[in-house]
Amino acid sequence: MTDPTKQSELDNVSRRSFLAASTGIAGSFIAGKAAAESLADVPQREVGADLAGLSERSKFVKLARIPEATPGRRNVDHSDAINSKTPLDKLLGTITPSDLHYERSHSGVPDLDPAKHRLLVHGMVEKPLVFSVEDLQEMPSISRRVFIECTGNGWENWKRADPSLTVQNTHGLISTNEWTGVPLRFIVDLAAKNQNATWMLAEGGDAAAVARSIPLTEEILDEAFVAYGQNGEPLRPAHGFPMRLIMPGFEGNLNIKWLRRLKFGDRPWMTRWETARYTQLQADGKAIQFQLRMDTNSVITSPSGTMTIKPGRQKVTGLAWSGHGKIAKVEISTDGAKTWKAAELISPALPKSQSRFEMTWVWDGKPTKIVSRSTDDKGNVQPDRPSFIRVHGTNALFHYNAQQTWAIDETGKVSNVLD
Amino acid sequence: MSSISKILFGGSIALALVSRTFAYDFGRPANPDEIALWDIDVRPDGTGLPEGKGTVAHGKDVFAENCAACHGDEGVGGIKDRLVGGQGTLKSDAPIKTVGSYWPYATTLFDYIHRAMPYQAPGSLSVDDTYAVAAYILSLNGILPENGELDRNSLPKIKMPNRDGFVPDPAFNPDTLFRKRSR
Ligand code: HEC
Repeated sequence: MTDPTKQSELDNVSRRSFLAASTGIAGSFIAGKAAAESLADVPQREVGADLAGLSERSKFVKLARIPEATPGRRNVDHSDAINSKTPLDKLLGTITPSDLHYERSHSGVPDLDPAKHRLLVHGMVEKPLVFSVEDLQEMPSISRRVFIECTGNGWENWKRADPSLTVQNTHGLISTNEWTGVPLRFIVDLAAKNQNATWMLAEGGDAAAVARSIPLTEEILDEAFVAYGQNGEPLRPAHGFPMRLIMPGFEGNLNIKWLRRLKFGDRPWMTRWETARYTQLQADGKAIQFQLRMDTNSVITSPSGTMTIKPGRQKVTGLAWSGHGKIAKVEISTDGAKTWKAAELISPALPKSQSRFEMTWVWDGKPTKIVSRSTDDKGNVQPDRPSFIRVHGTNALFHYNAQQTWAIDETGKVSNVLD
Repeated sequence: MSSISKILFGGSIALALVSRTFAYDFGRPANPDEIALWDIDVRPDGTGLPEGKGTVAHGKDVFAENCAACHGDEGVGGIKDRLVGGQGTLKSDAPIKTVGSYWPYATTLFDYIHRAMPYQAPGSLSVDDTYAVAAYILSLNGILPENGELDRNSLPKIKMPNRDGFVPDPAFNPDTLFRKRSR
C-alpha cells in the first residue's frame, strides 16, 4: 500500500519542480502545461485504454488525503492517525470527491453489513421502532449539498504557525458532499415523539459507539436527516455506511456515522464527547460546552502554504463556509489586512455548504501577506486572529475560525503565519 | 429542506400515516427485550446505571490486566490518553485534561468505559468490573479513597473536581433552550 504522507511529499516535490519550470501559476498541478511550447509539441492522438468498470483518475493527477494526529503530530503511522485531511489545495469547485472527504473516527472504520444493520428509535416516543436500510430507502427522500467540518479544523494554528504547513494541514478537516436520506422529522413523526422530548441521543455502531446529545430545535428538526447516499452512491464506510446522521451547519462529530440508535429524552446525556471532548477550554480555565454550530470561516487555497508564485498576475481562490447559512461576501486583502477587496463568489453558493471565491491580483514581487475574510447572510464576520485569541485564549483546541494569513517572501514562497 | 418537502414531511401527514393500520409499514415495532440490549446510555442522575458494584482494590487488578498496556501503570505514561492528574493546569499554557482534572460527571466515566473500553474489545468487562475499574481511576485521581466502592447509588453522588468548569454556549444552553415551550 502506498503511504499517502510520502505520496504527498512526492507531490510537493514534483509540484515545486514543475512550478519552477512553468509560468508560475500557483495551484496548477497538472504536469505538461508548460511542456508543450508549440502546438507541434502536443503528442499525436492515440487510441486509449479499454473501457472499464470504474474510471480511475488520470495518471497525471495525484490526489490523496493525509492521515494525521493531534496538533504538531503530523507524519504519524496510520495506526496512530485520528483523522485524515482533504487536499483543499488541489480541489476544484465545491464538491469533495467521496474518497477524499475528510475522515475522523474514534475506533477505526467498520464496514458494516447493511443486511444486518438496524436503526433503533426509542426513549420518549409512543412507538419504539426498528428500521433497516431498506426501510429508510422506502421513505420519502431528500438530497442536499452540505459541508461537514471537524471542530478540530484549524487546530494547528492555536499557539504557533508552523511555516511548513499546507492548507491541507491547516484546513483539511472540511468537505462538501451531496447527501441523500430521510428527513429526521419524518422518523420523529413515525415514532410519535413525546412533546416533552427536547433532546435526542444519536449513537454510532462503531466499536466506540460514539454518542452525542442533540437539541431538537425547529432548525434541526427541519434540516437534519438520516443519510444513506453520498454523491450519488451508497455511503462509503469511512463516512458511515450504511447510514449516518447529517446535521447541516453543526459540529462534524454530531453527524453520527454508522448510526444505530436514536433515543429521545428531555435533557442532554453528558457523554464523553460532549464533556471530555468537543468542549472548548478558555483562558480562564472554564470550558464552553454545547458550542454546536460551526462558525463563519474561509481560507485561500491558492496561493497557499508551501506554494511558490512569480511576480505578475495571480488568480487568488479559496473556499468559504458558515454553519449559520449562506456566504454573503468574501473579501481578500493582499497587503496584510490593511485594505480589502470583494472577491467574486462562484455559483452555486449554497447555505451550509462550501462556496468558492476568486479574485485576480497582480503581485509586484515585494514581500506581503494575503488573507481572506468571509461574511454570512446572518451578518457574522470571520474574526481576525488577534481579536479571536483575545476572546478565546489559545487552549480551546476546537472551533478555530480566525482569518488565515499566508505570507509571501521576496522569492515568492508562500508560508503559514499567525497574522 | 425546501418548503415543498417541509409541507410533504410536516407533522400532519406523518401523523396521519402512523395512525393508520399500516403504521408499521416503515420498520417494525421494537420489543422491550431487544431495546434493553442496546439501551446502554447513563445520565448524570444515574438513570441507566445497571445493578452491580465494584471496589477500588478489585479495580486495580482489572486495570492492570485490561487497561495499563495503553494507559500506563496508574493511568499515566501510557501510549494512549492520560487518565490521571492535571488538576490545577487548566488555566496554564499547557493544560492537562484528564478524568481527574476535566471530566464533570463520574457517570460519564462509567458510560464511556462500558461502551468503548477496553479499546480493542468494548463490552468485554462485566458490570462489576466496570464499576471497579471506574472506582480505581477515581481513586488514582484522589476522588475516591483506597478502600472505596461504587454502585448505581453512590456513583451519581460523586462530585467531580471540575463539575463547575463548564459554561454552556448561550445558543444551546440546556437550562434555557426549551424553556419558552413549556411556559
Ligand atoms: C489498546 C489500547 C487501549 C486499551 C487496552 C484501553 N484503552 Fe482506554 N483509550 C484508548 C484510546 C485510543 C483512547 C482515546 C479514544 C478517543 O479519543 O476516541 C482511550 C480513551 C480512554 C478514556 C478517555 C480519556 C479521556 O480523557 O477522554 C478512558 C477513561 C479510558 N480510555 C479508560 C480505559 C479503561 C478503563 C481501560 C481498561 C478497561 C482502557 N481504557 C483500555 C486506548 C485503550
